[in-house]
Amino acid sequence: MPTAILGISAYYHDSAAAIIIDGEIVAAAHEERFSRIKHDSTFPANAIRYVLDDAGLEYGDLAAVSFYDKPYIKFERLLETYHAFAPLGLKSFLSAMPVWIKEKLFMKRMLKEKLSAFGDEKIPLLFPEHHLSHAASAFYPSPFNEAAILTIDGVGEWATTTIGLGKGNEISILSELHFPHSIGLLYSAFTYYAGFRVNSGEYKLMGLAPYGNPKSKQTAEFKEKIYNELVDVREDGSIILNMRYFSYATGLNMTNDKKWSKLFGIPPRSPESEITQDYMNMALAIQQITEEIVLKLASTVKELTRSDYLVMAGGVALNSVANGKLLRTGLFKDIWIQPAAGDAGGALGAAYLGWYLWQGKDRIVHGHRDKMKGAYLGPEFGEKEITPIIKKFNTNYEYIEDVQKLSHIAAQKIAEGNIVGWFQGRMEYGPRALGSRSILGDARNPDMQKKMNLKIKFREGFRPFAPSVLEEDIGKYFDLDRPSPYMLLVIPVNSNRLEPLPPDYHTLDLYKKLYHLRSDIPAVTHIDYSARIQSVNKETNPRYWTLINEFKKITGYGVIINTSFNVRGEPIVCTPEDAYRCFMRTEMDYLVMGNNLFPKSRQTQLVSDINWQEAFKLD
Amino acid sequence: MEFLKDLWSFLRTRRKMWLLPVILLLLVFGALIVATSGSAIAPFIYTLF
Repeated sequence: MPTAILGISAYYHDSAAAIIIDGEIVAAAHEERFSRIKHDSTFPANAIRYVLDDAGLEYGDLAAVSFYDKPYIKFERLLETYHAFAPLGLKSFLSAMPVWIKEKLFMKRMLKEKLSAFGDEKIPLLFPEHHLSHAASAFYPSPFNEAAILTIDGVGEWATTTIGLGKGNEISILSELHFPHSIGLLYSAFTYYAGFRVNSGEYKLMGLAPYGNPKSKQTAEFKEKIYNELVDVREDGSIILNMRYFSYATGLNMTNDKKWSKLFGIPPRSPESEITQDYMNMALAIQQITEEIVLKLASTVKELTRSDYLVMAGGVALNSVANGKLLRTGLFKDIWIQPAAGDAGGALGAAYLGWYLWQGKDRIVHGHRDKMKGAYLGPEFGEKEITPIIKKFNTNYEYIEDVQKLSHIAAQKIAEGNIVGWFQGRMEYGPRALGSRSILGDARNPDMQKKMNLKIKFREGFRPFAPSVLEEDIGKYFDLDRPSPYMLLVIPVNSNRLEPLPPDYHTLDLYKKLYHLRSDIPAVTHIDYSARIQSVNKETNPRYWTLINEFKKITGYGVIINTSFNVRGEPIVCTPEDAYRCFMRTEMDYLVMGNNLFPKSRQTQLVSDINWQEAFKLD
Repeated sequence: MEFLKDLWSFLRTRRKMWLLPVILLLLVFGALIVATSGSAIAPFIYTLF
């Protein structure tokens, strides 16, 4: 009888479920993809149902269910924090306690009740620590037998940063940084102050940073003020935050706005208001400081572990700019980052801990490939599921049996300047679309970034797009000598492809900077001449590889734009219906779903869907 | 009963017996909330809640 372990993350943000059988990842998915509520934090009933079905198991077949943190220790942190800051924090205390007393303190009972919907059997329930779950999600599926582990996020129970060492099936935690001193929360505080949503807009702040002027006096002053007033960064990369400037330990928002306004000379930016150069410089300052902290931490990790390899997870590990810089320091021979580095990935880590820690099974690493299966761990829909959607919406489409021909047609459409929705195979686990639920465009087209941001994604115009490049062609376009399958490394575009900056570049406003032609692949060259790369492997995703290869045959370029198949505020599409609706709501020109090609010009508008924008809260 | 057992084990393992009266008081407070059917909706910031 195979041993199956179900991992769950829930009740904070990004609920998810993952299942491993005899140490192999079988399925994993975010609850938001099913519920259609972005960052859904509720019990992941849909995701659990999916992973059990995909594994062909009943609830009673499970050896254990593993929840990704320890609620009691979290509660201990809450009480001790309120105690330490009292009488400050009374309002926050009164808001938090009812939730805990009524629900979260009884997490075990609550989980059992929710799980009873899947079966009556008594299955052991495990509660590994939050950062241990992150560490497990980074180390166990990595291609290394031994590796240093670095996890950085907002906060788990107490830990906000953890350094560890993974060896065989064992993980040893060597050092921790504790709440309220948190790199993730420092970054989130600036995310909030720049007018973006906490736990959601951090990547927007990262995307905004390159618009900051690195040579300006203001950027230098911001950095100086952050270092002098907000954060004391020690040589080993640990930090001490000056809590007089932060409200998150006692209040209901991130920062003490009065003190920040006085310190930085600018008020908190209102969401959706114009982004001025001040906020771009601020974004650059905190991005640079975050990178400096991460690099110092990495040096400490190296010193403590002497390992050649590093694995990473936690929300801050999604800071692909810092990751790219860390890789380029050469401190480690190689770095592997869990594609679901945020809390959703905790579900996978928790399941792995059930197998290796609880069951004590041996871990054997074969070859150089990781065990994530390209992060294609979600549901797949074939013609059987697509056909009813074709009928339901009375669509006009063409069925093309030959995949090569279908890919050639799609590639031709992209090369002609069309935007193509690409819905194929198993859905991705983690926040990035990697060619299963993607919107694709021509990276050579200078108008594509603007068009895709404003007419397809309905999002801020400054947001950059990432390239998908044939794995064997990475070096032709980017200064990188290894694969980057999960879009977690930002790397410079090769210098021979770049156009020089105009002399007054740093004085230009955001959009003039943005629309300056930067390279021969301008749509994926960010404003600082970098790109967040996804390399596509022929074996891991043959269909997507074939499409890009066909594009290369037509244009000579083995690289295209890849952005997630959704609009702003919407989770990435999951089902054929989600995909068709999203296609019809935007100005996408074609949809390729399975072997079916849907031209927009031949579709009838969905009358029932006119008010779709009300369904998605802006993120 | 299982909750009390787990709670006791937690307090002993973590050597945090001083939390016991606080938790007991909060549980009384919680019972009042349940009795009055007040809503318990988590505030926005996840870090603490």
